Parts: sequence; structure tokens; C-alpha cells
Amino acid sequence: MSVLVALARAQAAASGFAQPVATVRHVRLHPRPLVFVPLALAGEAHAPLAALVGEDRDAPRLLLVAQPRDRSRRLAFAAELADIVLPYLDARRGDVEIIPVDRGREIRQRYLDAPQLVVPNPAGMEFVRLLGRWLRFRRVDGEHPAPPQVPRLGCWLTFLADRAELPGSSLLVALTEALGTHWATGQSVVEDAHLASLVAWIDPPEGRTGAGAAAATEDPSVCPPAGPATDPDFDRVVLAPLIADHSRAATDAARTAVERRLADVLRAQLEPTWQSVWQALDLLRALPEAASTSERWAHDRDAFSDYAAHLDAGGAPQPRHDSAVAAAARLHRLERAAAAFERQRAYDDPMVMAEHRLTGEAFAGLVTLAAPDRVDDSGRRPVLRPRIMVRSDDPIPPAVGATLGSPARRAQKARVVSVDGADILLELSGGMGRGLSAPEGSVPAVGERVVYTTVVDAFAPSATFPPVDQTPWTHGGPPAPPSEPAAGALAVGGQG
Amino acid sequence: MAVAARQESTRQAILAAVTSPVADRLRTLRGPVAPRRHNARTIAALTANPGCDRRAVLDAAGVDKVLLAEQVGHPARFGQSPFAISRGVTFESGLKADGHRALLAAVRERLGLAEGPAAVLDLGRSEAAQLSNEERHERTRQALSRADVAVIDHPMLRVEVAGQPVYLEPDLVAARLDGQLRVVEIKSFPIIDGRADQAKVAAAAMQAAVYVLALRQLHRQLGRPAADVSADVLLVCPRDFGNQPAVAVLDTRRQVAVLSRQLARMTRIADLLDRLPEGLSFDLALDADGVSTRPAGELAGALAATSARYVPECRASCELALHCRTEARGSTGALGASVREALGGAADVATALALAEGRVKPGPHEQESARLLRHAARLRAEALA
Repeated sequence: MSVLVALARAQAAASGFAQPVATVRHVRLHPRPLVFVPLALAGEAHAPLAALVGEDRDAPRLLLVAQPRDRSRRLAFAAELADIVLPYLDARRGDVEIIPVDRGREIRQRYLDAPQLVVPNPAGMEFVRLLGRWLRFRRVDGEHPAPPQVPRLGCWLTFLADRAELPGSSLLVALTEALGTHWATGQSVVEDAHLASLVAWIDPPEGRTGAGAAAATEDPSVCPPAGPATDPDFDRVVLAPLIADHSRAATDAARTAVERRLADVLRAQLEPTWQSVWQALDLLRALPEAASTSERWAHDRDAFSDYAAHLDAGGAPQPRHDSAVAAAARLHRLERAAAAFERQRAYDDPMVMAEHRLTGEAFAGLVTLAAPDRVDDSGRRPVLRPRIMVRSDDPIPPAVGATLGSPARRAQKARVVSVDGADILLELSGGMGRGLSAPEGSVPAVGERVVYTTVVDAFAPSATFPPVDQTPWTHGGPPAPPSEPAAGALAVGGQG
Repeated sequence: MAVAARQESTRQAILAAVTSPVADRLRTLRGPVAPRRHNARTIAALTANPGCDRRAVLDAAGVDKVLLAEQVGHPARFGQSPFAISRGVTFESGLKADGHRALLAAVRERLGLAEGPAAVLDLGRSEAAQLSNEERHERTRQALSRADVAVIDHPMLRVEVAGQPVYLEPDLVAARLDGQLRVVEIKSFPIIDGRADQAKVAAAAMQAAVYVLALRQLHRQLGRPAADVSADVLLVCPRDFGNQPAVAVLDTRRQVAVLSRQLARMTRIADLLDRLPEGLSFDLALDADGVSTRPAGELAGALAATSARYVPECRASCELALHCRTEARGSTGALGASVREALGGAADVATALALAEGRVKPGPHEQESARLLRHAARLRAEALA
């Protein structure tokens, strides 16, 4: 944890109220997100029990599995969910924009909109991933046929869960994570995992402290867990007897009566979380959106458009395991996205930049001298290379020769020429047009407050990976044609 | 004859353990009730937060921490859903039906062994379950020394905790199919596409390590090399979304080493006891209905005499965690070890903030962290302005 966030936690603990650790919102919020609050039956690998789902905060749909161990009833749940999720996804496929690729030699299309699925917590994301895994290989024919929309839902949920691993993506959002990157509470991350508690710290009811309101959310009989795991006492006292009643019900009327009672108790378990989710969305929405969010959302729209095209073309569901090449490519994508997201957050948000200033990766100061029209004519061609002197109070100066960037002028690079105590001499390049004199405002003027950082967009072309059938021997060689792995040939790695 | 001699030596060892001054002291701490029995889960939990003296003392004395936590007004929340329990029972009984057929087949396939008959001895069967712990432990010993028994189910194992012998009735199978004795642990969480919940796998590995340790001690007593007990534990879980078993091999060498170290530390409990006030007791003074009659304030006072080291992770394994958390309010440790570290190790929130705001003069060892905190406070104020 960074010192700055730790300090914010200490301040929150002392004041009883959550403290901001971001000044802008780094997550894209869709005007119409699809909120999904699932519950699962304890003990099973993946047995959906109930869910509240919908785009309308005042009218959530309750989905229910009265016999969660019954496969056909689970599939019926999936079919119902598909009837909500798939139309939502399709409605995002309206207008397109044309993007030139390969210097305009080709074009591709991308939807102007993309979906956003919102869940309460990372465990909710895992539920989405498992549901996707369970559904995408369902067959629509054969012995236990699934309704035709079910495998398609599985593919889409898998796509969303995969995409959520990408830092900065906003297609599938877990709210505890989103809130946690914008506010620090005066409790530990263990307690922060409970959405209601986190929301209480940030936005307590009138007249109460965040700490006091959060403490009240810890009793599961007062504030049910945000799922998908249910409260064991609820399972024992309420749920188990009802499910048993349902199994014993002899007539359709009796079954319907039990189902109505089940719906009531499960809705009561889900409702508080549903409210917390929308309250959390309100809190996030109240923050101004960070500048780079739309750039990342454009990538999300790309991914959505590509995957929609893949499915339209009858593409296969995602494999159970990535091949070596696909895994390497995925890791490469994740690393690049993580670096880009970290950089964008710093440039968009002075609070994040402050963390870099604390560790000496950035400094702020006042411009004390400026030579905006300085031309370097030592080379073959004269080039515009303005110099500025910055006086900084930050304790750690940059290294001489380092390349720096600045949030105020993102197209411009600065090179550290010399450091003399608090005085840092910088030479600027880029972002000033092609002439030999700098346009007004493109070079910081004397008296301007500037921030420079070593966190820069060091352009590196995407790595290229061999085709799957040329997987090198170091990575196991070309994989065998896909087949079901033998029973027992599985291993669990990386414990502890 | 040899068996009788061994039983006698065991009895002597137990006698020595329960009549020592340490045992007296632990009895006083516990009050006039039987000590809480350890199981693999509680022993594995000893490795969590080993720096906590309170926990070491309470566990060594076998105090009922569940009741204690309730009585001081912070009941633990470690309920298990009936659905989870019945799921576990269903999966396990499927594997063990028909002479452990499915279990053996899965394990053999994982180990690359040929099919074949294997003698299974179940010490958890009703007639064996009537026996005392000592007798069942003795049977386990006998079974291990027999060459013709390949699989022992529900063996009774023993480890020493704080100088006290503790019997473990593990829900496990010890299998000797390829020369090595292996712990086979059945769990009901799934392995999906070769992946399982890491926290659950880690907990299973730690519990299995307790069994490995106990089996090794037993092997040593039998005059066999401890290394005959493999540290590679076989974890048997449902595969994907069905009921078929998936067998994973867990290397528990690290966990075994951690546990041995922690158990060795507990034998030095005498040092911890010396630091406690004379006459300290956690006697719950249970009435005929098993309800504690000891005033909560008194018990909380007794707890305060032991030094705790609360960290948020305690909540996953210790019944007293919520009480300790209340006590630790205002400490940086209660916010998490990483927060405390980032705040330069300042013990409490008020100190950290006073240093950050320059309201106190830092001590000689705090200069560096105080400078960092002051800078951080300045940057935060600037960014929020």
C-alpha cells in the first residue's frame, strides 16, 4: 500500500469518515448499466440460487432457482437470465463509427456503445466467470439440451469476465474495487470487501459517522452479505427448511406457495445489496470523469465489437485453457494495459501523481526561467528545443538525462539537462508544431506551476507471437488437437 | 508384549505431560473443564499469526474460545452452511462406497499405478469408533506396521501441542500404494479446468501438513524413516461441475516446516506463562446448562492481561478476532500490516497522524519515516485543495 493511501486510511480511522484517494473517476460509468446481484447455493461448484438483475433501479427482476441442485432448473435460470442479458447486449449494437487501420488502407467498424455489467464485488465477477464457463459448452441438442440462447450467454459472460482482468476496462465492474480505488476507509481491506460497509464509510446516513454506520452492517441478520455466498445462519434457519418444503410439496399449488415464500426471503436477502449497488453508482457518478476514461472505453468498444462479430460469424466458444501462444499474448496484453492504466491515472489525477511525487518518480515546481524559442543547430538541421528552469520543493530530484512527461502537455517530452539543488533545467521537444518558433502556450511560461514525471508512454510496438502451430518447443511445442483432458490429469499449482 | 510396552510408555508420557507445573498452570487458566480438543483445522490455524501470545496461551490451555468470545460480547461468526456440509458428505460417501473403489481408482490413475485389489482398513467404523482415542491410535500404529494394509481410513493420529498429546481424528485416508505412505485429503470445493480457489487450497495444504507431521512422528516411533511419509499430499476434489473426482498433488514441504517450527515454539509455552499475572484464569464458570456465569467484564480484563497481536487476517481463523479487533481500535495494525508498514511502523493512528502533521517531534528512529509522512500529508493537502 502506498504511503499516501495508508495516510488516507489513518485519516479516515481518526475522523470516522472515508477519505478520497482520487479526485476524478477512473472508471467509465454507462448511463444504463445492467446490475446483477447473484446468490449461489453454498457447497456446490456453481449452483445459482437467486439474482436481482436489471437496468432499472426501481424495478429489479428476481430470478430464482427453487431446487438449486437440479440441473434442469439451473438451466432454466440461465435461460431467463439470457433473456435479460442478450437483449441488453444487442441494444448496445446500434450506430457504428469507422476507424481507419493500417494508415487508412483499411477500415474497421466499432459500435458507439458497449455494455456494462455491474456486480457488487469480485466474488460476483467470479460468479459471472463460472456461469460463463458452465454455460458456454452446453449443447442445444442431445441428452440434456439447453435452450439455444444459453451457450451464447455463456460465451458473452466469459468474454466479460476475461475482459475484467484487463486493468482499466469498464465492461464488467465490481463495485467494492471501484469504490476502493477512489476512497480509503478507516478499516482494513478485509472489512472493505463488504459492499454495504464500504458504502457506509463513504456515505453514512445523516447524523452518523461512517465508522458507526459501517459497524452496523456487520451483523448478517441486519445486513445480509453481498453474495454470492449466503449467510450460513440464513441457510440453516430459513433456506434449508423452505427447500425441503419445496421437495415435499405434493401439488403444483403447494409448490407455487413455497416458491412464493422462497422469493420473499431471497428478495429480502438481495434487496439491501441492490440498494447499496445503486448508492455506490451514485457516489462514483458524482465524481468528474477522468480524461483518459473515454480512450479506454474506446478499447472496450473495440473488444465488444470484435467479439460480437466473432459470434455473428458462428465463432467457437472460448477454450477451457489458453494455448501457450494465446496465454503469452494475453499476458502481454495485460501487462501493457496495466502500464498504460497506471500512466493514465497519474496524468489524469493529481492525487495519483502525488504518489509518484512521493516516490521520486515525479516532481512539481514553478517555472523560473524560460527560453521558448531556443533552437538547437548543432545537428544537420536546426530544431526547436526550448529550455525551462523549474524550481521544485519536492525532496527527490530526477536523474540527469531522464525523459519526462507532463500532464499539462501530453504530447511534449522533457529531458533533464542538469540539476542544481532545487533548480532543474529541462529541454523540451514535441507538441510545438513544425516551425522553429513555439506557438503561444506550448512552452510553460515563467511563473507557471508544472508537474513532470518519469512515468511516460515509452512507445513499444506490440510483441508479435508465432501462430499456434509453430509454438516453440520451449513452450511445449504445437498443442495436440483439442480433446477432453483425462480424468485426474489436473493439478493445482501455486498454493500458499 | 511389545505393544503393551509401548502402551505403557505412552501412558507415562501422558502422565508426565499432565502433571508438570506447566500443565498445572494451564489447568488454572482453563478452569475445571476438559480442554478443548484440537483438530487439524485448529492446529493449522496455529501457524496463522504466530506472534500472538494471547492465542498461544489460550490454545495451549485448551480454553473454549467460542464460548469465551460469546461471553465477552463478540461471538465468532464461523457458521457452516448445512448445504456445504451435506455436499461434502455426499461427495465423500460416493468416493468411499464399495470399498473406496472410486477413490482408489482416481488416486491410482493420478499416480500412474495399475488397478488391483487393496486392503482397506476403516478405523472410523462403528465398532472401532467405540474405542478410546489411545486404543484407536494403537490400532493405527498396528495397521501401519502391517504390510498387507494398503489403505487406512479414519486413522487416529497424535501430535504434541504445547507438550500435551493431542489426538486427531482426521477425515483422511492414508494410502500406501507405491511404497510411500501418502495422505489423501478429500475436499468438496471444485477443481474447474485445473484451477481451484487458492485460499481453500492453501487451507487444505496446511491441514494436510498436520497429518503428514503426525504420520511422520508415528513412523519414527515405529523405527521407520520419516521420509517414507510423502510430503506430496493427494487432494481429491469434485472435477468441474460434476461429481467425478479430480486428484491434485500438493507439495506440503513448506507447510510441514512451518508447522514443525510453530509446534516447537508452543512447547516453550512456559516462558509465556511466566509473564502472566499469578492466578489469571479464563474459567467460564459454566452452570449446569453449560452457560457461563463469569461476568463479561472480568473475562475481558483477564484477556487484557495477555498481549494480543491483532491483524485483520485473524478474522479468518481465530474465534476471538472480533474482541481483539475492538481492543485494537486506533492501532495501525488493525488497518492491515501493509498500512502499518507504509506509515513507518507507527503503532497507532494518532501517532502516525501527529507525525504527519508535524505536531510531535519524531524520535531518533522515526526521523526518516516522519519526513516521508509529512511530505505525504503535504501532497495530499495540495491534491485535495
